Amino acid sequence: MQPDSHIFLFLNAFLINNFVLALFLGLCPFLGVSGKIKTAWPMGLAVTFVMLVASVCAYGINMLLVHFDIEYLRLISYIAVIASAVQLVEMTIKKFSPTLFRMLGIFLPLITTNCAILGMALFQTFNEYNFTQSLVYSLGAGAGFMLALVLMAGLREKLELAFVPDACTSAATGLMLAGLLSLAFMGFAGLGG
Amino acid sequence: MMAPMTPATDKPDVATFQEGLWKDNPVFTMLLGLCPALAVSNTAINSLAMGLASTFVLLGSSTLISLLRHAIPKQVRIASYIIIIATFVTVVDYTIHAVSLELYNALGAFIQLIVVNCIILGRAEAYGSKYPPLKTLVNSLGMGVGFTMALLAVGGVREILGFGSFFGIPLFGSSFQPWAVFILPPGGFIVLSLWLFLFAWIKQRKEKVHAA
Repeated sequence: MQPDSHIFLFLNAFLINNFVLALFLGLCPFLGVSGKIKTAWPMGLAVTFVMLVASVCAYGINMLLVHFDIEYLRLISYIAVIASAVQLVEMTIKKFSPTLFRMLGIFLPLITTNCAILGMALFQTFNEYNFTQSLVYSLGAGAGFMLALVLMAGLREKLELAFVPDACTSAATGLMLAGLLSLAFMGFAGLGG
Repeated sequence: MMAPMTPATDKPDVATFQEGLWKDNPVFTMLLGLCPALAVSNTAINSLAMGLASTFVLLGSSTLISLLRHAIPKQVRIASYIIIIATFVTVVDYTIHAVSLELYNALGAFIQLIVVNCIILGRAEAYGSKYPPLKTLVNSLGMGVGFTMALLAVGGVREILGFGSFFGIPLFGSSFQPWAVFILPPGGFIVLSLWLFLFAWIKQRKEKVHAA
């Protein structure tokens, strides 16, 4: 596989450099919403959607910024776009599924401060991906986030029934699980050459 | 969030500063700002740089927000806070780029990602929007120091085990076999998890002593 082919880009963001488990991006929702598989799916979908929107917008904005030679405004404009995209998703979910809206709670508006999304937008700019590459990359990143979230939720549901010593708070065991998952994901490192 | 725990006076006192150090330590107690805490903490020096950069942004943004707290309308406050924070982060980003290219490359995108560090927005919302500048400054300083300490605690352990050194100074002889896993991503999760175990265990023992 060529290193800049679309399939490789997708796999790279999805498995090899998984945003959560290898790059440590988006840990707050990863630890916060991964209690149940039922909420993990929609959260992953919402983040993926915001990522796609943010990726398209970031691509356009970056072209404008480069054209006018004002790259120092990049961070400010990216975060503003992401905040608006999140607002859009929030309104949509509230309209179509009030139950889900309540289940996701505070973590829905907090997608704005999900570093996975800003990170994705910044990485695609640093790596100078073209338009389709950016789209594929953001799709892979979103899918990778969803995969990590669902895997973690599955593990945590099992852990509910397990016996753990009192000193093992849920945060500590959650992090330990994440460490083991991350170790497993290291196995993808050689994928795609 | 934190407001009810602090006395309602506007004067800064020792408790205002101490809050962030231990009781409400952002990383160990509130589990905020974990992304940078784990991502760049593979050596002690990176941890220190990241901690200081975040502290600067935290101090600058929360003080400015506190000064402007009567001027910012309630409805658009989060957006305004983020713009203010992003401005300070841009300043830090360009400064580090100019001062040390080596450090800039080591921290990578994580300098710009300080924008989305929840500690900073959390301070702005819980403190900057309610209290006068001086008190906010003192509290933010405590939070910043607490965050830097936590980063050093994680980064120090990872560097000692993963490279066999501390701040670049070799600790063990040449016979030491470094545990590469601690520099890699899994090591970050595992070290932080072990710290949390340790603190929970100490707390439990204390409670037992009190009960006896």
